[in-house]
Amino acid sequence: MGLGIETRQQIARRAALEIGKGMIVNLGIGIPTLVADYIPNDHGVMLHTENGILGMGGSPEKGKEDGNLSNAGGYPVTLISGASYFDSATAFGIIRRGLLDITVLGALEVSEKGDIANWIVPGKRVPGMGGAIDLAQKSKKVIVLMNHTDKEGNPKIVKQCKLPLTVQKGANMIITEKAVIDVKDEKLVLREVMHPYTIEEVEKSTGAPLEILDQIETFQ
Amino acid sequence: MLYSTNETSSKTKLITMEEAAALFFDGMSLMVGGFGGVGAPPGLINAILDRNIKNIFMISNDTGFPWIGPGKLITEKRISRLIASHIGSNPEAGKQMHDGELTVEFIPQGTLAEKIRAGGMGIGGILVDVGLGTVVESGKQKVEINSATYMVEPALTADVSIVYAQKADTYGNLVYDKSARNTNPLIAMAGNITIAEVDEIVPAGELDPECVITPGVFVDHIVQSKGVDWKWVWELKQDNK
Repeated sequence: MGLGIETRQQIARRAALEIGKGMIVNLGIGIPTLVADYIPNDHGVMLHTENGILGMGGSPEKGKEDGNLSNAGGYPVTLISGASYFDSATAFGIIRRGLLDITVLGALEVSEKGDIANWIVPGKRVPGMGGAIDLAQKSKKVIVLMNHTDKEGNPKIVKQCKLPLTVQKGANMIITEKAVIDVKDEKLVLREVMHPYTIEEVEKSTGAPLEILDQIETFQ
Repeated sequence: MLYSTNETSSKTKLITMEEAAALFFDGMSLMVGGFGGVGAPPGLINAILDRNIKNIFMISNDTGFPWIGPGKLITEKRISRLIASHIGSNPEAGKQMHDGELTVEFIPQGTLAEKIRAGGMGIGGILVDVGLGTVVESGKQKVEINSATYMVEPALTADVSIVYAQKADTYGNLVYDKSARNTNPLIAMAGNITIAEVDEIVPAGELDPECVITPGVFVDHIVQSKGVDWKWVWELKQDNK
């Protein structure tokens, strides 16, 4: 929504830094999908999809797409070595069993406690939760990537979510075009600002108190 | 030695698309395999459209895209009630829900898959904690086990299940293709009648029993597929470029 491709890539690049060697990771649709481009190939990271792949690779070359090999959004993908296919029940067994190290997803609102709302705007947009509730509730670490504010400029990081929740206290980290924020002990801690924003600009567009560390780095 | 005179098992499971179409009826509950349309059975979906079957209660992971997979049944207004986890890629589904033409119950994706699996496995339901603390919780029966709270989620079965597989032998043993497997093995088990549309049919004995994903005992009928008759979203995007 409104973010240019370079800004989306900046967010994705920052999120990728959270992904350590050998991790099992699920990337949601939208900006989270871009994160895959910034995970080093030699990290041995296994990407998981809800439709039933562990070990998903990047997009195929043009002309090499396979209609029967796709990500959860229906777009063609490839595999890396060590990959496996399984049915959707098993895909969610992997999630519920707590085997996902990181889930990266988008959101409409996140509260200072880490509550996430991302699947319904009652009476307006009702896409359904898909796998978001399973993922947000059961992954070891949940990273939300989103615009800092909505189209009207209202904060999407708030004291209390107004929209129906996807999960209570699920988010561990929020990365926007303006800031990198940790959710720690039900409080928001500003960790970094994104170039070219300032701490003041971040505070002004955030709808909940931010604890500000002594040293705030700027992510380019 | 007594031999059974029941010949059910020796009857061929191979049927024509016309014979498959005759198994559908107005008001049926229908499970459709596939995820975002990938792995949905294109010929059987067309057969439902061609036979003008209406008022269907559909259970599927999602509603595909308006011109892909089960999305076509939504677009043609054949579905009156739907259980799914996601309809976001099919704006027509959202519109019909908003207009009151389509009743939708949303279930978290993993819970939906497991409810279908439970139906296929012949168990009454599952206990799950996914969605506690959200609207998913409302109206659900709860139980405490080992001091944790779970919701009771009844199993799902359907009058008819339609699935897509890459290969079947004449007994109905199924092998899937890559991520087109998705919900198909679960849905194949949960239909009172299960019809599999497959790319390739081989004689019994040709499939390695170690590699069979769905045992043929769950499959009542097999039809030959002619492949997908839709363009994928990424193909359309390429065409437009």
